This record gives sequence, C-alpha cells and structure tokens, in this order.
Amino acid sequence: MVKIKEKIYQWIFGVLAFASLFFLVGIMIVLFREALPIFKKVSLIHFLGGQYWYPTYDPPEFGIFPLILASFWVCLGAMAVCVPLGVGSALYINELASVRQKAILKPAIEILAGVPSIVYGFFGMAVMAPLLQNLFHLSIGLCLFSASLTLGIMATPTVCSIAEDALSYVPNTFREASFAVGASRWQTLTRVIIPAAGSGISTAIILGMSRAIGETMTVLMVAGGAAVIPKSLFDPVRPMTSAIAAEMGEAPMGSDHYHALFAIALILFLITFVFNIIAEIISRRFRVKLGLAG
Amino acid sequence: MKRILGILTVLASVIGFATVSYAAKIVVEGSTTVLPIAQKAAEVFMQTHTDADISVRGGGSGVGISSLLDGTCSIGDSSRPIKDSELDKARTYGKDIKAHVIAMDGIAVIVNSANSISALTKKQLKDIFTGKVSDWSEVGGTAGKIVAVSRDSSSGTFEAFGTLALGGQKVRSDAVMQASNQAVASTVERTPGAIGYVGLGFLSSSVKALDFAGITPSKEMVLSGKYALGRPLFMYTNGEPQGLVKDFIDFVKSPEGQKIVDQEGFVALK
Repeated sequence: MVKIKEKIYQWIFGVLAFASLFFLVGIMIVLFREALPIFKKVSLIHFLGGQYWYPTYDPPEFGIFPLILASFWVCLGAMAVCVPLGVGSALYINELASVRQKAILKPAIEILAGVPSIVYGFFGMAVMAPLLQNLFHLSIGLCLFSASLTLGIMATPTVCSIAEDALSYVPNTFREASFAVGASRWQTLTRVIIPAAGSGISTAIILGMSRAIGETMTVLMVAGGAAVIPKSLFDPVRPMTSAIAAEMGEAPMGSDHYHALFAIALILFLITFVFNIIAEIISRRFRVKLGLAG
Repeated sequence: MKRILGILTVLASVIGFATVSYAAKIVVEGSTTVLPIAQKAAEVFMQTHTDADISVRGGGSGVGISSLLDGTCSIGDSSRPIKDSELDKARTYGKDIKAHVIAMDGIAVIVNSANSISALTKKQLKDIFTGKVSDWSEVGGTAGKIVAVSRDSSSGTFEAFGTLALGGQKVRSDAVMQASNQAVASTVERTPGAIGYVGLGFLSSSVKALDFAGITPSKEMVLSGKYALGRPLFMYTNGEPQGLVKDFIDFVKSPEGQKIVDQEGFVALK
C-alpha cells in the first residue's frame, strides 16, 4: 500500500516537473507559428535591418532595427550601472561587511529585488526623468539614459544576490591558504576570491542582462517610445518589449502587425535563450573548476 | 456507470446554470476613450436594472470591434468609425454591424504653459507632427527644439489625430509615444518644448490648449462642427440592439446618460 502511495506521489511530482518543459515547448510552438507568417510579407533581412517601424500605416513598414538598437543600448546602459553596483555590493557584503552590516544590507537588497517593475517605472517617470531633464538641460527626460539608469538600479539586486552566492561558494580554505602565505586582504580578494568566483559572477551579469533586456513596463514608461535610431544617450527610444506591450492591444488578430509583434517576441525569446545557455555553460564550468561538479 | 451518469448530470446542470446566468450579462468592450463613459453609465444603469450584469472592458477600438465580430462582446466601443476592412470581415461572418453615436469628443492640441505660442494653423500642426518643422522659431515661437508627444499607435485618439490633423500622413519617427491621455498631458506639463494632443476631457490648467485653425477648442465648437479636431464616439452592436442591450444604449443616449458624458469631460450630443 505504502509503495503504491509512493508511486503515486512520484508520478504527481514528475508530472509537475515536466509541466514547465511542456509550457516551454508550448510557448515556443506558439511563438514560431504566430511569428513566421510575417516573413512571407517581409524578408528576414528587411525585418531585422529596416529602419522604419510604421506598422499601422498603409503600406505598413516593419523594420525593427531601431527597436533592436534601443533594446541593445538600454541593456548596455543598464549593465554599466548594475555591474559595478551589483558586483561591488556583493563583494562588500561577502568579504568586508561586519555581521551587523550584512544583516541590514542583505535583506535590503532582497527587498529591492521584490519591488514590482511598475513601481520602478513610476519612479523613473516621476522622479528620475524630470531630475535628469533639469540636470542636463535635456529637451525631454524620457530617454535612453533615464531608461538605462532605472533598469540598472532594477537589475542590481539580481546581479548582487547571484554574485554574492557565487562568492559564498568559494571555499574558506582558499582564503585561509591565501592569508597563510602572507597575502593581504586586498590581494586575497583580487587574486584569489574574484578569479575563483569569476564564472559565477559572469553568470550573475548575464542573468542581469536577461532581466534588463526582457523588462517591459519600466521601459514603456521611461524610454519615451520613439521608434528612431538613437543618435545620442538622451534620445527617446522604443525597445522591443515596449513596442509589443504598447501595440498588441490594437493589432487585429491574424494581421501582419500581429505577426510582426510575435516575430519581435520570438527574437527577444531567442536572445534571452542564448543568454541563459551562456550563463548555464559558464556556471557549469565554474562548478567543475571548484571541484563541485557531481 | 451510475457514478458517470451522476457526474454528467452535475456537469449538465452547471453548464445549464452558466448559460442561464449568461443571458442577462452584457459585455461592453473597446475604446479606452469611451471607457469612462461606458463604465459610469453601466454603474448607474445597474442601479435601476438589478437584473443586468454589465461588464465593461477597455482594450482599444480595434479590440472592441473584433470582439464584437467574434461574438465575445455585445457592445463594441469605438472612437473611430468602423473600417471597410472590418465591415468586410463582418460580412464574411454574416454579421450586420449597427453604429450608435453616443457622444462627441474633441482633440485639443496642448503645449507647455511656458510656451509663447497660443495658436497654430492646420499646416503648422501638420508640419510639426510629420517632422517638417523641428524648431519653435519656425512657427513663430521662441527658438527651441520641438518635442512632439504622440499617443501610441494602439490608441483611437492616435488614429483620429492622424486622420483629422495629419490627413493620414505618418507621425514623425522621433515622436515620443505615450500610453494614455494622462501620460501625454503630464509629459507636456514637465517638458518645456513639448507639444501633444489629448481628448478635451483631459485638459487642465497645467498645460496650455492651442487655438487650432483659428478656433479655440471647446464643447460648443466641437458640437457645431467648426472645430476641426472633433469626432463622434460610437457603440457598435451586432444587428439592431434588443432587450437589455437596447435598454443600455437608449440609456446612454438619454438626457441622464448624456449628463454622464458631460461629467466625464466629453461633449454631450444635445
């Protein structure tokens, strides 16, 4: 009887575990099925390289190059903010902070990670954008720079907590050995700890990038939304995610516009998919390096 | 066997119950411009018609009309007339779409209150929004970069503005796109060089409304048809409305309903 019960439990949890695989495959099938029809109308090269995104006009233009560039620059800008902030604070928390500081900092960063993205959006729109506008005498505060800054702050906790995990996996014997041969704290940090946790920190950065490039609500509110190739840091931009969010509501089902938005989603999916694979490869290598691979 | 029969009976009665309760349910879906009118009207209507269950959703004019064609809503709100392509689709679905004008809306062109400009001609506005003019000095203002603020392409206001003000030409690609009337108004409020457009109901003292083609935007001017950026708002039904749907649309058109239209900042029909 007990055996049957166990079998049933095993079966139930097995189904639950495979459910995510099922969802992933389902999402991929839907994305491909809904995205591919657009390429009968526009060639892949024109879709990716076209400079004009005018999906609702007649004749429509489906060029997502400005959107890709917008996502790319916003993501890069966010990285410039969240990598130093996230990795720096992870290093401090793990290596230098006193127990009391750690007890305050860690939960604070975790709470920051739990703040809904729309709140960051509000913060960016109502505080950051007007502030930057006045500070730099910009014609408009809703721009690439504000979006990067807001997203950077938002991705910091992701980077910080994963990097901190990586640092904490570095065995204490590494530190003790380093101190034993007479290395200073700084030398230990830069020559031993960071190289040992390096791939874990890279994973943190890549996952932060996934978060930044996939974020929708914040960029919709803060980036300005102009589908134009940005010429400066202070131009309004329209990242891929915000184009989908803003336009899906009105795109008639089955229309070219609808398929084009799915094609953007497919490209986004492929980008984050590649990011995640890279992160996985690096973290696997990291485990092997530290002798943790099983 | 008995058990299966039992389950089937329960299922059948649940489905039966669901269809019965569905009969008194009206789904109103579509334009976010019409949404506040429909929402408030539904609340007041349900106070007197306790048998009615009206659920009101936004989504945009296109969504409203396509839901009406799919049969997932009984009233499709729209801030633009139905398109020929949608009528063609209705015909293939064997549906006969009826239009009901329920209010008028006016689009006001707004600038930052610090802007010295107070009026624009049709050509000037078109040049600004299509990208021919990029500096305020070219339209008689103090020199400074023009920041055009537009609604996103999913908005009925965007479509109406494109037709009424731009004659179908494309909005400049560097225009800042905002997701709601309120967002346009607050962006213009905070940005000295900005120009945008919002529904008349979203005008406030924090931004400056411009005279367009010699006419100050106002409810009277929209109703008289003199103000060029005015448009009717629609509720579409599949065939002549019947039962509760008819009662609801009649209510919106009644003096009481039109009072709601007025309160929500739109232009009542009478």
